[in-house]
Order: sequence, then structure tokens, then C-alpha cells
Amino acid sequence: MSWSSSNYLCISSSSSSSVISSNELARFDRCRLACESEGHRGKCQDLNRPTNIFAYNSLKPPSFKFDKGQRRKDHVLKKPRNISAYYSLKPPSYKFDALEPYMSKRTLEVHWGKHHRGYVESLNKYLEKDDILYGYTLDELIRVTYNNGNPLPEFNAAAQVWNHDFFWESMQPGGGNLPILGLLQQIEKDFGSFSSFREEFIETALTLFGSGWVWLVLKRNEKRLAITTTTNAVTPLVWDDIPLLSLDMWEHAYYLDYKNDKARYANVFMDHLVSWNAALARMARAQTFVNLGEPKILVA
Amino acid sequence: MALRTLATRKTLGALSRFPQQLRGLQTFTLPDLPYDYGALEPAISGDIMQLHHQKHHQTYITNYNKALEQLDDAIAKGDASTAVKLQSAIKFNGGGHVNHSIFWKNLAPTKEGGGEPPHGSLGWAIDQSYGSVGKLIAKMNAEGAAVQGSGWVWLAVDKELKRLVVETTANQDPLVTKGPSLVPLIGIDVWEHAYYLQYKNVRPDYLKSIWKVINWKYVSEIYEKECP
Repeated sequence: MSWSSSNYLCISSSSSSSVISSNELARFDRCRLACESEGHRGKCQDLNRPTNIFAYNSLKPPSFKFDKGQRRKDHVLKKPRNISAYYSLKPPSYKFDALEPYMSKRTLEVHWGKHHRGYVESLNKYLEKDDILYGYTLDELIRVTYNNGNPLPEFNAAAQVWNHDFFWESMQPGGGNLPILGLLQQIEKDFGSFSSFREEFIETALTLFGSGWVWLVLKRNEKRLAITTTTNAVTPLVWDDIPLLSLDMWEHAYYLDYKNDKARYANVFMDHLVSWNAALARMARAQTFVNLGEPKILVA
Repeated sequence: MALRTLATRKTLGALSRFPQQLRGLQTFTLPDLPYDYGALEPAISGDIMQLHHQKHHQTYITNYNKALEQLDDAIAKGDASTAVKLQSAIKFNGGGHVNHSIFWKNLAPTKEGGGEPPHGSLGWAIDQSYGSVGKLIAKMNAEGAAVQGSGWVWLAVDKELKRLVVETTANQDPLVTKGPSLVPLIGIDVWEHAYYLQYKNVRPDYLKSIWKVINWKYVSEIYEKECP
């Protein structure tokens, strides 16, 4: 039972009439220390007393009385604490002011501290209601709650938690510049050149209607990179594609810094924020699932 | 006689400079607000009003005009696929223009009657359908807060069934996409740009405050026109 560990059953000293042995005293002291550390203020009570069996098994504070002067206090036996943190809010791996002046500290504070946190809390609240969705990893939970296009109410929260985690990791201080190694090769192969990829990415970001995300994905079936957009909380995971980078085009992501100037935001992202290291690592991992062809091995 | 010459000269000028006007393509311009940007404080800040009007609404109008021009070309050339491809841009930008034009008229400074509850037939209809204005506001706020992403929350009258309805639309979809006989009475913009600078992510606070500047007089006029 989970509550027994969090819910220390304080054991009492015996009734006032008997002598307390030294053993018992030690146990009593240990109990008292444990009670205090848990924040209980109740008396420690002896588990060996027969009437305690009711106390041990019930979830309600027992209503029986002991000997005169030893009335059990209600708060000795508490109800089990509700588990309400299935998924946690993960902070970005850089400080909030590390992305200045391209993404202000204020934006990080509000975007992560209020929006992202809000999604985590609402996800946990949904899961608290009923355990049918308990036990999935976040990826699996997104796929399950997407329900093939007919999303359950938990989908929005779950997907946005994942999306934001992914987004923070898609950026780094001192980001921008060019991708390197295999990722650059693949981009040149699928888009012609890096600059035409960059142009297409920004163009896609600017023509997105409403709230959504722009992604660089590795398409599993077509075995190539592509730029896709999704609306609201949807993520390419639901189509089984492997995302490598994302750009949050919800207004809350850029409004404090750029007001309605989406073009500047998208350009700044590409020039100064995007983490090609993260994208490279993700692509390397993706290649365990998608065969992009044999590497070119030069023969002497 | 002079008048005729004047008219002819004007048409000639029109012919050379604005061939579209001769064909009947009307372009749109940003409507002026009937109040100052700062007049709706503290419910909506002057900054938001200025940005919302001069940047966002203007962008919708610019892009709408562009899309209409392109559509006009496509229709003239008989290019069906381009004409169809432009539909989403027209729905988005045109919808944005239509919706925001309604929105500006829906708001009024408190000094000019903003926030004063409706009387007359609209007040009576609201009491009939929702119990009270307060209950209607609570319902609209709940629906507005529940909109995921960007959209609008509407109080509309169904002109065929003569009934009030509360609806939400996504992005800039005009209200008619939810029902061909719906006439918008009140539209509240719940896109983040409408409240972010002031309320950050607390959309419910924005929805609660905006009722203090809703121009119920204008709303009653529209309602009485549809349901006399």
C-alpha cells in the first residue's frame, strides 16, 4: 500500500500504568522523530495493542477511545495523499536569459513558467481523474489520445507538453549558423541547398494560419526530410514521422518580443536560436529507424 | 456639359490607373475606430488596441486585397486550380477583416455606454434563452476560454429560427461557417494577440474584463433589425 510509507503510523507508548522498557523507549523515540519529520503532531501509539488493528487497516481516523487520557487524535491517521504528478515540468537546459536578445527572459518566464507549466498541470489533472491512461510514456500517450484524428480531451495537454519540451531543446544559446555533417548533406539532398531550405522554412512559418507549429521532420515512408506545419497542438508523431526541429508559431511564443512581426521572429530563430546540434543528434537517432541509404565510403 | 467632361475625364483616368475598378473589383481599406485607442482602458490597453487595429487588422486587409486581385486574375484567365487554392487565403484574410470590423463596433468606451446591459427586446430575449445577462456572459466566457488555439466566440441570432445562439469559430472563420442563417451580434476575439500584452496567458481575466466595454446599444440595434 503506497500510503503506509507516506503515512507513518505512529505507535504509542503503552498505557500510563505499565513500565516502558528500554526497547520500547527507543522505538518510541524513533517513532516520535519520524512523526515530527512527517509533520504529524500526534502521539505515537503501540501497534501491538489489539484495538490498533482497526486503525492500521482503515482509512478513516478511528473513533474509539483508549484508556482515560489517551484519546486518539484525528490527524494521527491521515487519508492517503493523492498522487497528482504523473508528468513533470522539465526546465530548458539553459538559463532564461541565455537566449537574449533574441528571445527575452520575460518570454521564457511566461512561455515556460505559465503556458508550459499550465499544460503539465492540466495533463496531471486529467490523469488524476481516472487511471485508464496511466502508465504510458508521453509519446505513447500522445498517439493514444490523438485517437486517429478524433482527439480525446487529454490530447491537447499531452501534446503541448511534449511540443514545448521539444521546442526548448530545439534552441540553444549561440544557435543558428549552419548544420554540419550528415544533416547538412541530407538537407542539401532533399532541398537543393541550405538557403532554399531556410527560405522554405520561413515562408512556411509565415503562411501558417492561426496557431500552430512548423517542423523539420524525417518522413519515415518517404525516407527524406520535409517541412510540415501542424495546427494547435498536433505533432508529426501522430503520423509516425520523426521530428528534428520545431518552431512555435503560436502568438504567445513571439508576441512579447516581436509583437506581430512574425517574419523577424522566424528569421531570428533561423539565424540565432536554432540548435543544429540537437537536430543532428535527433537525426542520428532517427537513422536507427529509417534507413537513409548507405554512407559514401571512399575507396582509396 | 462641363459635368459630363468631368465625368468622362475621371473615367478615363480610372481606366488607365485602376483597370480593376472598371471591372468592379473593390479593394478594402482599414475602417477608423469610433473611439481613441486608449479609450477602452483598463479593460483593453491602448497598446493592444493600436497594434490590433493598425497592424493585425491592416495585415488582414492587405492580404485580402492581394488575394482578391490574384483571384480576379485567375478567374479572368480561367485558372481553376489557382482560384480554388486561393480560397483558404480569402477565408482567412477576408474573414479576419469581416470579424474585426464587427469587433470594433462591438466595443465602446464606458463613458459612451460600454458595458451597460441591454434593455428592450434583446434584453428580454437573453432572459428568455439564458436566464439573465450574467448567465449569458458566464456561458460565453466558458466557451471562449475553452477555444483551443486561435478563434472567436460569438453571440449570434439565427434569423430563420429567431433564436439566440452562442458559437465559437476557429482562426478567422466567419460565423456563417457554423450556420448559414447566423447573424453575428457580439464577437469576441480570443486570439492571443487580442490580450497577450496585458493579460498574458490568463484568457479568462480578459474575457471577464471585456464585458465592461461591450457596446450593447449597437448589439440591440442589429438584433432589432433581424428580429423586429
